[in-house]
Amino acid sequence: MRTITYTEALREALNEEMKRDADVFLMGEDIGVYGGAFGVTRGLLERFGPERVRDTPISEQGFVGAAVGAALTGSRPVVEIMFMDFITLAVDQLVNQAAKLHYVFGDQARCPLVLRTVGGGGRCYGPTHSQSLEAWFTHTPGLKVVAPTTPADAKALLKAAIRDDNPVVFMEHKLLYGCRGEVPGGSNLTAPLGKARLARTGSDITMVAWSWMAQEAERAADDLQAQGVSAEVVDLRSLVPLDIESVTASVRKTHRVLIVQEAARTGGFGAEIGCRIFESVYDYLDAPLRRLTTPDVPLSASPVLERAAIPDRWRIAQAALELVRG
Amino acid sequence: MRFEHMLNAYRTMLVIRFFEQKVESLFSRGVIRGTTHPATGQEAVAVGVCSALRKGDFITSTHRGHAHFIARGADPSRMMAELFGKATGYSRGRGGSQLMADYALGFLGGNGITGGSIPIATGAALSAKLRGTGKAAVCFFGDGASNQGTFHESLNLAAIWKLPVVYVCENNLYAMSTPAHKALSVAHVADRAAAYGIPGVVVDGNDLLAVQESVRAACDRARRLEGPTLVECKTYRLSGHSRGDPCHYRSRAEVKTWRNRDPIRRFRKALLDRGILSPAADRQLRREARAVVTQAVRFARHSRDPDPATLEDGVFA
Repeated sequence: MRTITYTEALREALNEEMKRDADVFLMGEDIGVYGGAFGVTRGLLERFGPERVRDTPISEQGFVGAAVGAALTGSRPVVEIMFMDFITLAVDQLVNQAAKLHYVFGDQARCPLVLRTVGGGGRCYGPTHSQSLEAWFTHTPGLKVVAPTTPADAKALLKAAIRDDNPVVFMEHKLLYGCRGEVPGGSNLTAPLGKARLARTGSDITMVAWSWMAQEAERAADDLQAQGVSAEVVDLRSLVPLDIESVTASVRKTHRVLIVQEAARTGGFGAEIGCRIFESVYDYLDAPLRRLTTPDVPLSASPVLERAAIPDRWRIAQAALELVRG
Repeated sequence: MRFEHMLNAYRTMLVIRFFEQKVESLFSRGVIRGTTHPATGQEAVAVGVCSALRKGDFITSTHRGHAHFIARGADPSRMMAELFGKATGYSRGRGGSQLMADYALGFLGGNGITGGSIPIATGAALSAKLRGTGKAAVCFFGDGASNQGTFHESLNLAAIWKLPVVYVCENNLYAMSTPAHKALSVAHVADRAAAYGIPGVVVDGNDLLAVQESVRAACDRARRLEGPTLVECKTYRLSGHSRGDPCHYRSRAEVKTWRNRDPIRRFRKALLDRGILSPAADRQLRREARAVVTQAVRFARHSRDPDPATLEDGVFA
């Protein structure tokens, strides 16, 4: 099968959905001539023109709100927020507006809005360009939250998000953009939101992760293999809706679980996963569940400090080993 | 405006006034829970604006939205049922006073966040332009909201993209208790239009026909895709900000001055002076308007509560 990058996969999804549905349009800062800060929308302006590939002023609250209004009245906007940290500026429109409309106003109000944004560290961009803020949005009923890891999932889930009639926060990762992976050709690739991916099968321990951490967990599984530990990796892909059954099924099999999250520890989505495991498969656990996260600190620009903060394959493997060997 | 339309507009203003008075009384007696923000005294803005719109045009409203919704043709019974928290209410008891909508009327909803609807109206205008529907969007907001970032970002977006949207500021002189002159850096909200290179118009918000005329002109400009207009309607709320507001921040003399400019009284006088309305017909219209509100309360009282079993329904489409 052909291999393409995560970025190319996202671009294919946008291209195909814009071709398929004239109501789909893109909006964001520097997505036109520049092609987006990370190059995802490169070439789409030439193809679809400035009305549908719409450069915005630096007005996150304004253009996210405009996307909500457009989505309510027949369009299907796909908004790019250049860094996930900037989503703070648009939170009212997501949390108080988009998330509530269908519940309150019923079927007449549909908000098919996709908000693409990029989270995560690894590039030394510092405290305000590196955060993973997904837990704020998983905590808001009415928003879907998707965080694909592989290029194939990036493409399939972005297409599914665009076709979804709900507001979707679609979280990409800086370190994933350049990653290559197998992606089937043709424009029929979609996947349902809310199905986890069994990235590795194993029998000694379950590692649950999403986005870049899922890839690091897969690498850790390779390292663990060399040490005789068989690790299963569950890549959540979508946090809301959440496929908790895939997690609990794996825990029932392995009896040990390590949850890996790039975001800061307290109140992170990993805590939710841990709690759900306790609620339903507590008696299957042979060891206390463990979380590996960034500690409760802002991320630093210094490469040394950033590396010290964010979990990586080595620390994941180390933690898993400790859990398995007791 | 044809006589028949003028009488309709007058009747709608009466329904709004009686509706709001009834709601205030129901709240003060504890019959309805929660909060509400009456638009008493601001009827001419709501009715003047809505009478300038076409079917299919979009409206976004505010926390003080009953008047806008009634003026756009909402059913007062379903509104009252929403205030009572009943299953027959516009939002099945989920929204309350601030969050009602009827998309068939183009009414995209009230809003609990001051200034929250300004970008939403802007987006409705963007989709109207992208889809070539010929519709316009009208955005109600208050003087207080004109200090929010949403206002400034939206006016800029609409101006650079020449969106078919009309921003209608109801300047009732107070953002809750804060007087506009202490919170605004300019004398008029409309002065802010200059910063975005769009027309800013000041109109007497207690003069229904003046409001209608300026909004109609702004909508015409919007539909020609020449860009947005900011229309500032100077008005006054004769009631408190929300239920339980003792109004310590304004003088009795000021309230009295504005009572003398009551938009309903003014419009009635104009209709009587021009012979469009007779005193007998006026009494009849008032009876009818009161009956609408009485019927609304009856409907709400006799409606069923929402079923708690539906609590988790409809979070997602």
